[in-house]
Amino acid sequence: MHIMEGYLPPEWCAVWFVISLIVVIYGLMQVRKVLAENDDAMPVLALSGAFMFILSSLKMPSVTGSCSHPCGNGFGAVFFGPAVTGLLSVIVLLFQAILLAHGGLTTLGANVFSMGIVGPFCGWVVWKALRSANVSGGISMFFTAFVADLMTYVATAVELSLAFPTPNFMAALSTFLVIFAVTQIPLAIAEGLLSTVIYNYIVDARPDILVKLGVISDSEAGAN
Amino acid sequence: MNTKNIILLIIVAILIIAPLVIFNGHGENDGYFGGSDDQGGEAIEKSNPNYKVWAAPAWEPPSGEIESLLFALQAAIGAIIIGYVFGYWHGGNNAKKDKK
Repeated sequence: MHIMEGYLPPEWCAVWFVISLIVVIYGLMQVRKVLAENDDAMPVLALSGAFMFILSSLKMPSVTGSCSHPCGNGFGAVFFGPAVTGLLSVIVLLFQAILLAHGGLTTLGANVFSMGIVGPFCGWVVWKALRSANVSGGISMFFTAFVADLMTYVATAVELSLAFPTPNFMAALSTFLVIFAVTQIPLAIAEGLLSTVIYNYIVDARPDILVKLGVISDSEAGAN
Repeated sequence: MNTKNIILLIIVAILIIAPLVIFNGHGENDGYFGGSDDQGGEAIEKSNPNYKVWAAPAWEPPSGEIESLLFALQAAIGAIIIGYVFGYWHGGNNAKKDKK
C-alpha cells in the first residue's frame, strides 16, 4: 500500500496531506482525552501502535505469487476509533519512509489516508455493526481487521487511479486493484486471525480495561 | 482460550506457507515473490510513460542486507512493546492474586 516517493503528482500529495493532517490532529486530541480519562488506556494504545509496527514490517507471500504486507490497522480502531489509528500510522509510515525508502515523505499524506484512515474507518464501521448485532468480540475483531487491511489496499488503488486515470479511471482502478487488493486477500485473512489472537489475550488479561474503553460490556467481561 | 489461539496461529502459518509450496521453484528472477508496491510503481510507468517521478528518497538502504536489518528492527520494536505490556499485566494480575 505504500505509494513510493515521487509517484504521486504534487497536487494529489497536497490533497491527501491536508485531509490526513486534519484527521491526525483530531486523533491527537482524542488520544489526549482518552489518556486523561483513563490511566489504563496507555498500555492498550502502546499495543495498538506496536501491533501496527510488527505487522507492517512482515512482508508475506500471497497466492498471487507476489508479496505484500498486512497493516495492523483495524486493531487500534476497535479500541480508539479511526482518527487515533491515523496518528499511530504516521509513526510507522515515517519510520518506513525515512529508514527503509518504503513509501515517502511526499506521499506520506496519501499513505496515512489509506492505511491510517480509510482502512481503520471501514473496519471500525464493521466492528460497530457486528457488535450491535451481538456478534462476539473475537469474531468481530477478525472481520474488522480483515476489512481494514483490504480497504487500505483498495484506497491505495483509488488514490493511484485518481492521479493516473489512463486510459480512464475505471480501467486504471481495475489494474491497480488486481495488483494491490487481490494479492492482499489471504494476507487480510492472516491479519484478521492475528488481530483476534492478540484481542483474545487482552480479554483474558485485562477485561476491565476493555469495559472502560467501551469495547465490551460488563457481562462479557464476567463471562471470560 | 489457548488452544483456540494456537489453532488460529496454525491457520496463519498455513496461509503463509501455501504460496511458498504452490510456487515452489520460482523466484525473483522469473517474476515471483516481488513486492506489490514496486508493481504499482511499474504499472504507473507503463501506462504513463510521460510522468516524471519528481522526488526520490533522501536515503535508501544500500543493500538488501541493510534493508532486512531495518525491517527486523521495526518488528523487534513492536514485539518488545507487546511483550512488555502483556508481561506488565500478567505481573499485575499475579500480584493481585497473591494479595487475596
